[in-house]
Amino acid sequence: MAELMYWEAIRRAHDEEMANDPLVICMGEDIGVAGGTYKATQGLYEKYGPERVMDTPISENGYTGLGIGASFLGVRPIIELMSVNFAWLALDQLFNSAAKVRYMSGGQLTAPVVVRSPGGTAHQLGAQHSARMEKVFMGIAGLRVVTPSNPKQAYGLLKSAVRCNDPVFINEHELMYNMKGEVPDAEFFHPLEGSEVAREGRDVTLFGYNISVHWCLQAAAVLSKQFGIEAEVVDLYALSPLDRAGIARSVRNTHRAVIVEEAEAPVGVGSEVMAIINEECFFELDAAPLRVSALNIPIPYNHGLEKAAIPNANDVVAAVRKMFGK
Amino acid sequence: MNVADKKRLLREMLFARRFEERCYEAYVERKIGGFLHLYPGEEACAHGVLEAARPGHDYVITGYRDHIHAIKCGADPKKVMAELYGRETGSSRGRGGSMHIFDVEHRFMGGYALVGGPFPLAAGMAKAIKMKGGDEIAICFLGDAANNQGTFHESLNMAKLWNLPVLYVCENNLYGIGTRIDRSTAVIDQYKRVSGYDIPSAQEDGQDIEKVFKAAKKAVNHVRSGKGPYFLELMTYRYRGHSMSDSNAYRSKNEERMWSDRDPIILLRDRLIEAGELTKADYKAMDTEILDEIEDEIIAFAESSPEPRVDEVEKYTLAENDPWVYGGGR
Repeated sequence: MAELMYWEAIRRAHDEEMANDPLVICMGEDIGVAGGTYKATQGLYEKYGPERVMDTPISENGYTGLGIGASFLGVRPIIELMSVNFAWLALDQLFNSAAKVRYMSGGQLTAPVVVRSPGGTAHQLGAQHSARMEKVFMGIAGLRVVTPSNPKQAYGLLKSAVRCNDPVFINEHELMYNMKGEVPDAEFFHPLEGSEVAREGRDVTLFGYNISVHWCLQAAAVLSKQFGIEAEVVDLYALSPLDRAGIARSVRNTHRAVIVEEAEAPVGVGSEVMAIINEECFFELDAAPLRVSALNIPIPYNHGLEKAAIPNANDVVAAVRKMFGK
Repeated sequence: MNVADKKRLLREMLFARRFEERCYEAYVERKIGGFLHLYPGEEACAHGVLEAARPGHDYVITGYRDHIHAIKCGADPKKVMAELYGRETGSSRGRGGSMHIFDVEHRFMGGYALVGGPFPLAAGMAKAIKMKGGDEIAICFLGDAANNQGTFHESLNMAKLWNLPVLYVCENNLYGIGTRIDRSTAVIDQYKRVSGYDIPSAQEDGQDIEKVFKAAKKAVNHVRSGKGPYFLELMTYRYRGHSMSDSNAYRSKNEERMWSDRDPIILLRDRLIEAGELTKADYKAMDTEILDEIEDEIIAFAESSPEPRVDEVEKYTLAENDPWVYGGGR
């Protein structure tokens, strides 16, 4: 088992899948000669050449559509959108073409395309480079959405996404590319559905995904040590479809739920998980579920304001203490 | 193009005209729902271009005015009509409708309803063809108004940059829904707009199928020989409104008459009659035969076909039982 950085894990998945199948290609801005803004495709241009590692013009909707069209004929494109903020420009092709073509063709045509993109707030990138868009993608039928919280998931989810016959959006995070973690040496494929218990506990479930899993784990350690509250942390690596059974299983165990998201609250992961809890196991609850979310504002530039807009582990601790009256 | 080909194309175009007119009737009878975009007036474009290509072999994609392109590629008109009726036997099993005809077996890769959406999809199919080393080409048919979308420029740039085997056919019918081209578009001649991407282009009379065929042959040869993309503009006119919800009140009777005087079917018919290859009686018999086929076979098939099962409404949203969803283990 090697310790890899998140970007190294993604790079390894690219490399293995491209070696496995000559129809796997990758495309995006600066991914080839320049090696990728986050190094996720470093060295692949030299290894596989310009026909398979395509530096694209800055035309997000155009090259996303081009990748989708290629996928109609069996090519398996891995498209990197340099920042999720730029994905807004590609939503037409992603939503109208990729997500719907199987259905509207009566199952004749499918778009097995992977779109990877980092979202989230990083370091003072301002309003137009700090979007958290997972809520947008997870509301679209016909599109799978996954979001890795560690290098192992980043590797295994990309591997499965490339081979899956559905279009898959992989929501990465700008602050996580240098995170280290264990990745098995042997090839493996991570399920694209389900959830993972990242920490077991009996008193409350903290639901997180991507970077917020780490806030939940930090908060759980504090809650255990300082307040004697044992939190279970559930990693929702699959955002669409969400793991209804897994969410309900944990709530039946702990009877309390706090959902932690880096995005604004309205129409988000938190509201969706709460709705699932209501539908699946409302009478198991000992307390009303809570959300820990970002403020509903464009992300400010000023460092202090930016921090104030985004939740952190302390906010999670505070929410749980409020729930327990401690 | 020999006489037999011309007669066959005359029949195909007349069939297309009658098929679309029957769709109109079925829509008025409320047998067809949703939006319905019809092709009368523009028949020589799809037929002339695809006659010069290899329908069923080359990959074809278009917008929502798609019935006739699908049929010319080899789609069974019965299945196209059944799709308009929303039946399980329809080409998209009743899930697509008029704007989303697909026949992947015949490489008709779909009708898409976002204006300009197919531009990059066509370039992508061309990229796949190039990677796989086939001799197919991708052909994208869209109207003039689609050229005001960003995807037009993004796709032309990439198609040229990567030397992709794609033919873009612009069916310039002078209107984007109800807005005349000179009120929406700075440069009226669409073929001039691609010169900025160093893509060869031509403009041709879209009402004369022999001219369309000749221009398309040149275009297809260029693309198939590996020289990269080509842009062919065909000047044409649709007789009906943009869709069935369009009152068509924005065009003068004089303008409509001017174009119907150059009807693509009548042009070819009269040419064959003048050459002594066809009589008026032959044409009348052809028309009757077509009308009977549409009524007795096509409409009858659509009307007698079953509706999709309601318990299968969620089918085709995602792949079924894809092992990679479960990590490949199941």
